[in-house]
Amino acid sequence: MAATVLDVRNVYKKFKRGELYDSLRDLLPAIARRIARPELKEREFWALRDVSFDVERGEAFGIVGANGAGKSTMLKLLTGIMPPTSGSIHVTGRLSALIEVSAGFHPDLTGRENILLNGTILGLKREQIRQRFDAIVAFSGLESFIDTPVKRYSSGMFARLGFSVAAHVDPDILLVDEVLSVGDYLFQRKCIERMNEVIANGATVVFVSHNLRAVTNLCKRSVFIEKGAVCMLGPTAEVVREYMSHGQEDRAKAERDVMITRVTVHDVAGPRVEFDSDSKLRITVEARARTPHEDMSVVIQVVDDDQYPIFDTCTQRLGRGALSLDSGSTLTCTFEIDLGLAEGGYHVNAFLHRYVTNSPYDRWIGAATFFIAGTPEVRGLLNLHPKLLSCAIESRAPDPVVGALPPRRDDPE
Amino acid sequence: MNADDPRTLVSSFGGGRRSGLLGVVPAAVREVVERRDLLYMITWREIRIRYKQSVIGVLWAVLMPMVIVSAGVIVRLAFATLSGSPMKLTDLTSVTVKAAPWAFLVASLRFGTNSLVSNTSLVTKIYLPRLIFPLAAVASQLIDFLVATGIIVILLALAGAGVSLNILWVPFLLLGIVMLAVGLAILLSAASLFFRDVKYIVEVLLTFAIFFTPVFYESSLLGRWAPLLLLNPVSPLLEALSTAVVEHRSPGGPWLAYSFSVATVLLIGSVLAFKKLEPLFAESV
Repeated sequence: MAATVLDVRNVYKKFKRGELYDSLRDLLPAIARRIARPELKEREFWALRDVSFDVERGEAFGIVGANGAGKSTMLKLLTGIMPPTSGSIHVTGRLSALIEVSAGFHPDLTGRENILLNGTILGLKREQIRQRFDAIVAFSGLESFIDTPVKRYSSGMFARLGFSVAAHVDPDILLVDEVLSVGDYLFQRKCIERMNEVIANGATVVFVSHNLRAVTNLCKRSVFIEKGAVCMLGPTAEVVREYMSHGQEDRAKAERDVMITRVTVHDVAGPRVEFDSDSKLRITVEARARTPHEDMSVVIQVVDDDQYPIFDTCTQRLGRGALSLDSGSTLTCTFEIDLGLAEGGYHVNAFLHRYVTNSPYDRWIGAATFFIAGTPEVRGLLNLHPKLLSCAIESRAPDPVVGALPPRRDDPE
Repeated sequence: MNADDPRTLVSSFGGGRRSGLLGVVPAAVREVVERRDLLYMITWREIRIRYKQSVIGVLWAVLMPMVIVSAGVIVRLAFATLSGSPMKLTDLTSVTVKAAPWAFLVASLRFGTNSLVSNTSLVTKIYLPRLIFPLAAVASQLIDFLVATGIIVILLALAGAGVSLNILWVPFLLLGIVMLAVGLAILLSAASLFFRDVKYIVEVLLTFAIFFTPVFYESSLLGRWAPLLLLNPVSPLLEALSTAVVEHRSPGGPWLAYSFSVATVLLIGSVLAFKKLEPLFAESV
């Protein structure tokens, strides 16, 4: 039976806007004002309002939301850096946070000294650090710089050393906030693998990230926080879909003569976020006109995380003539594509173009996002569906070492 | 790990957490003891950084008290010239014995006041028992003080100051000074986190404090006004040190009891205040 290790009940957190009283000179008039008008509280606001959720042992739990929604405040409350204004938080077990993993570093100390220092800051005993020292250094890949002061490190090296220490703390509950954005691609892979290892060892992980793909991959359940309140709590795929559709509602409020109002990614059954590499994906684009418009075409584009276009098509090229909209009418068109993409996150851009000149009426970059589930046999952007046709090893008696295949040297891991 | 496992620790914030006033101090001590490795490492970091990229390194620990001793020697020389009587050796040894603990106290307060503010990134980003910062500030100064004490012992021996059983008073008296240093450092570190003014007030007070403390002279010099000087809880401790080490007499009396009472109340009060304010640290820096 799974036990609750994190229990957050009706948590409120109040902050003050603007400067706090930093010197006595400011405090005295402020106190005088307080006494004169005790109800004066115009600068306060709620960073979190009535947030409740619980996380069970061994679970990976995601927290998603826009910037300023209160995610980081929530993590600070979970770690105990700040107390909630009201409500309660119960933590069972040793909790460790991968937030600002290099906060404890001192620039003048060497990598070796900082590992010792940061390890104790994160809650290890000196003896434990000594046992894990070699593993930490190996994980960071900084063996040859370990006796160099960290002020001479590049920012990537700095962050790698920080994560390496934090990754070896072995907590019961691990809080992760955006640390995966540090380091190069290979190091990020290493971090994700390490987190999977931590989960496999029975630890609980709370993961806060804007990287929806990573959240979807790691976490079964998530909470979506908006403006300090819980918007949705449930299975990650549903929560992520809800989160992404919220951006669309914001757009619907904007008023333009002709505009795309909604872009959804789905399959035959209905909306979804994660697809298999060889499945079919449908993209539905809805548009609305306030004044009559003629000569239009709908363009969809699939891009990777760096907005590099992988593929685009449009109603014109697919054989549909110019589209016309009367005032107040809406347009809905659905495309179906064969995926053939490799593991990763992809984004959909949608455009309303003039039929002849291809100049845009409306453009929506990042209208939707979808993920391709793990494709263990291929890496990269496309799944070109490889097959291994033959692979023969011919051994010759005098020279037993030589094989038919050269050793793999380009394997990043 | 199951709930019966002794390693399992349950922590709660907000809501039900209400420990009694008297439970706060033992709980704070337990928390620091649990993280003693952290206290050790932060202290080690302070010392390591202080002497990194410095040419004479640890010798600074000796040099600073020596500057105070030299100033004291000049003051005593002036006294001797004014009164017409020659300067005695005990005058010099007395100044030396009092100068080193005084230097320790001043440095502890100066360093302790800034200990939380200068660790802002740790205070706001990672949870750890924040009492460790002022404690480490005093501890790192204590190491310097012990180095300086070693030198002073050698100097006293060379000067032929002699030893008596009264030397056994020294650890006890130093404990009183450390208690005062720790209590004040805890209080001032928290105060300066909320109000940066505290740092400047402390600077000004420490600059002139040597005039209100019998380091270069004895409180008896003030005759019937002597109690005014002894109200400073450091004064009876310093004079008792001189009595035990230089005059080979047993110190004691109500003023020493007063010093220890102040130190004890200060220490407990500062921990209580610190723990009361600690939840506000992260958002008030």
